[in-house]
Amino acid sequence: MSVAESCSAVATVRSLKVRAQKLRRHVLRMAEQVGQGYVGQGLGIADLLAVLYFHEMRYDGQRLDWPDRDRFVLSIGHYSIGLYAALAEAGILPLEELDDYGADGSRLEMSGSETTPGFEITGGSLGQGLPQAVGMALGVRLEQRPARIFCLLSDGELQEGATWEAALAASHYCLDNLVAFIDYNNQQADGPTEKVMNVEPIVDKWTAFGWHTQRIDGNNIAAILAALEQTRIPQGKPHAVVLDTRMGKGVPLFEQRAKNHFIRVDATEWELARQQLEESNEGEDSDG
Amino acid sequence: MDNRIENRSKKGVTGTLLSSDTTGATATASAPFGHALVRAGERNPRIVGLTADLGLYTDMHVFAKRFPERFFQVGMAEQNLLGVAAGLARTGFIPFATTYCTFATRRAYDFLAIGAALGRANVKVIAGLPGLTTGYGATHQGIDDLALMRALPNMTVIDPCDATELEQAVEAIADYNGPVYLRLLRGQVPIVLDPASYRFELGKAKLLRAGSDVALLSTGLTTERALQAATRLAESGIEAAVLHLSTLKPFDCQAVLSLVENIRNVVTVENHLITGGLGSAVAEVVTEVGLQVRLKRIGIPDCFCASGSIPYLVKRYHLDSESIAAAARDMLTTEKRLSVS
Repeated sequence: MSVAESCSAVATVRSLKVRAQKLRRHVLRMAEQVGQGYVGQGLGIADLLAVLYFHEMRYDGQRLDWPDRDRFVLSIGHYSIGLYAALAEAGILPLEELDDYGADGSRLEMSGSETTPGFEITGGSLGQGLPQAVGMALGVRLEQRPARIFCLLSDGELQEGATWEAALAASHYCLDNLVAFIDYNNQQADGPTEKVMNVEPIVDKWTAFGWHTQRIDGNNIAAILAALEQTRIPQGKPHAVVLDTRMGKGVPLFEQRAKNHFIRVDATEWELARQQLEESNEGEDSDG
Repeated sequence: MDNRIENRSKKGVTGTLLSSDTTGATATASAPFGHALVRAGERNPRIVGLTADLGLYTDMHVFAKRFPERFFQVGMAEQNLLGVAAGLARTGFIPFATTYCTFATRRAYDFLAIGAALGRANVKVIAGLPGLTTGYGATHQGIDDLALMRALPNMTVIDPCDATELEQAVEAIADYNGPVYLRLLRGQVPIVLDPASYRFELGKAKLLRAGSDVALLSTGLTTERALQAATRLAESGIEAAVLHLSTLKPFDCQAVLSLVENIRNVVTVENHLITGGLGSAVAEVVTEVGLQVRLKRIGIPDCFCASGSIPYLVKRYHLDSESIAAAARDMLTTEKRLSVS
């Protein structure tokens, strides 16, 4: 890498960190409206969404049905809070609408649906995202479109059999235009994933299913960028990226409480949460 | 010949039934679905085919042979079958996905509900072995699929009568934008309706025979038997109307009401449980408008069915034409008795 390229890479990481921080602010703004919810997941996945929506994916916010667009397929519907943040930051949803998150009659449902602009499918009934992503990857390839499909799964979702039916098919059809991210935060509804139903050895499983598999720190933007670089190298295989993430990332108050899939927060704690988010960001900046 | 074997050979036996010709029809068409899908595919390059290891048994192989690049085998994985179909629909294709009724509905229901029906994805589910069209037992007999599919918002549900209607329905649903569940008849499929004069219309019932004494309301392959029952009834001076309702959803309420307004003795016939299918739909429609009718629902009672040869099963569960005629006669006899007393 030349000095110029290296400087540009540093600038990219820095600008994406700013985006991720903005997404986290949006997540807190939404979560405070309902006083609870999937704030831990939204904060934990903000780095990936910042990289996808502000660096990696080709899309047109003015033309959401553009056939050549890259598609983000959110299988884990309860992560919608994170996607709303990204869509609002990208100008696809109005920022003010974030205040309606989880409100009666709002289209920003706690587990989002395809009726909301920017949602490619209705996730939330877990195990349905990857099969549909496989269908999309086949579809765009059949028309020789350059589009790529990015599907976000969770560690607990790997317990759904349909995920593995789709994993077989993706590999059988050599879908190298498909990237599956597995958010590995080791938390699911009934407790730690390893206690509820162990999904390890996770890299071995995806590799055995015929996927090109990587495992990275999912809260490290440079690592996410590097992993995505790898997915651009054609190998005739679909790509799996296991993201080790921290629920509540950026807000120590929530990181400590993140032993729960669904966090409850007292009304008095939001101010502290916001402060902690801004402080943690300053810390990150000084890390370079 | 050994006596035991001779006796056994006189009995019907469960066979690996590959054909929907269950009654030894005189006129049949071979793999009408597969050929109709090829014609639709020639007209519209966006049509693709999928199956879950049942290409040969759902006539999908005809399409796969003609358009190998537009055919996707997903293996024995029905949830993935319907998920992949929904994904293809979301990239602008018109996927026709085949498996058996039981697997498409019982096993993969949620994938159809959330993946296809909720967002009106343009997925066509083509489901084989409806009702009693297989010698296999409860695992393979789709006896509750119409009830399950009728319950899904946004779903269109079709149970065609024969090869003529099946072919026309394939053409119609290819042009319709939305999720469809179509019951499949495969292999050598009887021709009951005249291809020259019959026109399938999505959501429209067809009055196949006029009559004034009793109304036979039927769907799917039981319409052939309803027509045979009407012929039998006519021999004894009973005029039976036959209304064929191949689209179960959306339901042609108007056609039902205008017929039963004048004929208050109503027999419904379906290759399905009497719960949740045609009989239920008719009962819902007539009671909601406050019509007083006498209704006999013919279909599979509240049970899982045995395995066996098709003629045996059809008789055992009283889905044959003689049972239909007998039910109509019985209804008219009790009516007379009631009016006398």
